[in-house]
Amino acid sequence: MAELKLADYKTTVHNDWCPGCGDFGILNAIQMALSEMQIPRHKAVIFSGIGCSGKTPHFINVYGIHTLHGRVLPFAQGAKIANPDLEIIAVGGDGDGLGIGAGHFVGAGRKNVDIPYLIFNNEVYGLTKGQASPTLRLGEKTKSLVTPNTSNSVNPIALALVSGFTFIARSYSYDVKHLKDTIKRAITHKGLAFVDVLQPCPTYDDIHTREWFQGKNKPGSEKLIPRIYKIEESGYDGIIHDESEVNKKMSKILEFSSEWGDRIPIGIFYQNELVPSYHERIAENINDYFERPPSHQEISDAEKKPTARIDKILDKLQIND
Amino acid sequence: MSFSDNANSISWLIGGPQGSGVDSAANIFAKTCAKEGFHIFGKREFYSNIKGEHSYFTIRISEKPVNSHLEDVNMLVSFDAETVFRHADKVSPNGVIIYDSSLAETVLEEVPTIDFEANKRIGKLLQDSGLSQKLNGMLDLARSRGCTVYGLPYYEMIEAVGRNLDDPKLSKLSRVVNVMAISASLSLLGIKKDMLISAIKDVFGSKPKLLSSNIEAAEYAYSYINTKFDAKNIKCKITPKAVLKDYVLISGSQAAAIGKILGGCRLQTYYPITPASDESEFLESNQIINQVDGKRGSIIVVQTEDEIAAITMAIGAALTGVRTATATSGPGFSLMAEALGWAGMNEVPLVVTMYQRAGPSTGLPTRHEQGDLLFTINAGHGDFPKIVLASGDIEEAFYDSIKAFNFAELYQLPVIHLLDKAISSSIQTSKRFSNELKIERGRFKRDIDKDPSPGTAGHFRRFKLEDSPISTRVPLGTENAIFWNTGDEHTEEGHISEDPENRNKMMDKRMKKLELALEKIAEDDKAACYNFDSNTKNVVISWGSTKGAILEALEKLTEEGSKLGFIQVRLLHPFPTGTIKKFLTNARLIIDVEMNYSSQLGSLVQQYTGREIDFKIVKYNGRPMSTTEIYIALKAILSGNNERRIVLDGGT
Repeated sequence: MAELKLADYKTTVHNDWCPGCGDFGILNAIQMALSEMQIPRHKAVIFSGIGCSGKTPHFINVYGIHTLHGRVLPFAQGAKIANPDLEIIAVGGDGDGLGIGAGHFVGAGRKNVDIPYLIFNNEVYGLTKGQASPTLRLGEKTKSLVTPNTSNSVNPIALALVSGFTFIARSYSYDVKHLKDTIKRAITHKGLAFVDVLQPCPTYDDIHTREWFQGKNKPGSEKLIPRIYKIEESGYDGIIHDESEVNKKMSKILEFSSEWGDRIPIGIFYQNELVPSYHERIAENINDYFERPPSHQEISDAEKKPTARIDKILDKLQIND
Repeated sequence: MSFSDNANSISWLIGGPQGSGVDSAANIFAKTCAKEGFHIFGKREFYSNIKGEHSYFTIRISEKPVNSHLEDVNMLVSFDAETVFRHADKVSPNGVIIYDSSLAETVLEEVPTIDFEANKRIGKLLQDSGLSQKLNGMLDLARSRGCTVYGLPYYEMIEAVGRNLDDPKLSKLSRVVNVMAISASLSLLGIKKDMLISAIKDVFGSKPKLLSSNIEAAEYAYSYINTKFDAKNIKCKITPKAVLKDYVLISGSQAAAIGKILGGCRLQTYYPITPASDESEFLESNQIINQVDGKRGSIIVVQTEDEIAAITMAIGAALTGVRTATATSGPGFSLMAEALGWAGMNEVPLVVTMYQRAGPSTGLPTRHEQGDLLFTINAGHGDFPKIVLASGDIEEAFYDSIKAFNFAELYQLPVIHLLDKAISSSIQTSKRFSNELKIERGRFKRDIDKDPSPGTAGHFRRFKLEDSPISTRVPLGTENAIFWNTGDEHTEEGHISEDPENRNKMMDKRMKKLELALEKIAEDDKAACYNFDSNTKNVVISWGSTKGAILEALEKLTEEGSKLGFIQVRLLHPFPTGTIKKFLTNARLIIDVEMNYSSQLGSLVQQYTGREIDFKIVKYNGRPMSTTEIYIALKAILSGNNERRIVLDGGT
């Protein structure tokens, strides 16, 4: 098969995101990851929720399912359970996944279906003109808020951890290479992978802007100290090789997850493939699940007759043998 | 007035605290009678409770097929006091009551699970009859009507069984009291013991310890009756006429589930809810599917975190080409409304099996109602196509499960299969189901050539605008057919579009599917009519599980010289206006019968056909309509009753 180029993964659909939006970096990173992994276009499906991030699939030239607000995870899980051969990527916003969809975030963690899930985390509801999202901290006031935020924020990394996600990472939309590499790792991970993507909203979030992330001035110097740092560079390895490492690593991850302000960690906090995926759990009961998942089963023959036999079930309910 | 059942049939009832084996006893009894050659219809009533509250099971055994229950009970079987207090007044003259003789002195007020309202009602009944507030008072009341009561000393009987089994653990053994009670009743009815033992083996066959203690208990109680009482003269004896060959004893939820398996459903999602969960659990226990080609199939049942996840997960799975369903009840269906619209917008075939229960809100969670008709056909915001199909009985539930998937794929839209608590938890003897059904997948394709004339963005046109409103559908993962779905209005390729012209074309395309469905769906699936010819002047119209009770009431009225026709509407949306109008052409009197407050079908009939409903028979107390009460209400209407709306209130 001919090699697929990056351009092959792009559509010509008009993109209406604001100029300078962090979403562009995420879009590029997804397309680059798909291209570098040479995933056949018809085998990949991008599922999205609602909001600016929800439009992402329309710009990627693979199957694209733009679902409902907050419901991207159950839609995506349904498709992946029915056909585990598909390469499914779920994307959504922070309000989408951690507000209206928080119940599904937790529910998905318990199942560990083999899909990567990217949250485009920009602290606001952009498409409805900048209301506070679940990741905006208490007391913060972006320019579109009338009064400072009266709700506290949820900690996505910690929530993913306690919900049972088996891959937890964070990246930054303006570091496209890091983000692309993280997405590739999330795709290859066996199980549910969460990538928290810090994505400044240039229109509504005037607090955590691109400039803010770039750093703060060293006292008495012009030089900026970047707020973001890569945990791998300090030698951290998030992979669980043995169940006994889990507890220790968990407290480290919680520590990372609460770092904010001057130092913001990105990288792969956690990867645990020792936990069986939902598919492996199904295969415990249905041994040939991977060879014959629901999508591969023929339910009727050439004459449209059902292939299923119900006689044994009826025999059990039969009155006289 | 009551309904005198002149069929060779008996109405039997067993009650007891929830968790005491009322259901399993009733199932053994039903199976025993079926083995003896009787047709069965069984109705289950229970509280929203795990242990202790009163539950009961009514079983009608008959030489003819039966599909409804009666108000009167011919034989009341009990092993606690509450069952006697609650049901003894329903036992017909000449009927039989079996009770625990050690409870004769139990005072009404001391039974903790009889709620205040029932306590007051029963207390007043006893007082007005000048009887004591004791169980004995209740029995005296029955005796005064001509009933025979049989007191069984269950405790001593259990002790004797314990001695025979050489098992001193009586507290454990006391669990066999349910089997003793049914065995005693079978002995009185003169039904052969062999059949009982065979039914017990069917139920406990895999548990040797339980099997032996239940058989011993059954044997003991059976001969206890024979030695202590003279049952020759009891009035409610019946004799079987035939052997039920190739019959099953099946519940509505089992029938619907088996229909799904045959119909090709390979993934079902659900969130636990009464009365829908039984179906999902049955599917899960039959998840490995035998196939005619020798291959093995399977159905995956996924329990989700809520009903929103259940329907959206089902839609995701359906996009991979799998026949997918979710099953729920009113409260869960309320949560599914938004996603239903997404499926309509994106033309996704999906089946929602909707088991109605009494609403609104939590309502009467374990009780019956047909109150969700208008909500179901209107569920979701905006105009989008869906099909709503309602089954009238257990057998229809099976066949309609398959039809629901065919409709979903033929017209590429969500189909709601309306069932209810009465169908779901009732049991019936039914001829083994046929597998001579076709799987219609419509314009579904797994392989496709590259579109020579792709859409404006250069992609496959999943929602191609052409003569037919049904476009070619492929599963996710198909080469040459990459498409997009979105809840937004979209182009032929599935990309967002707010263009006004495109909007009109797409709305027209989707909504035209309803016209096509009305044109193609068989008349029998739109509405069935019974007891009907072109001269029929008086017509009963209804839908869903009232079918059995209406048919039997009409049969009786016909015998008495009053002929009424019956139209059972099966396709509720799109409404089969032409079909119903045709049936109503010569009708002079239209009587709408429904298990809800507001005569919801009646309002649809008026809206679509312009015909006024002359009389409304409704019920909303949570207990299914009996043949008796429908018969009485129809009789009142025919004899000139002026009440335009009759509210039925039968049931305990």
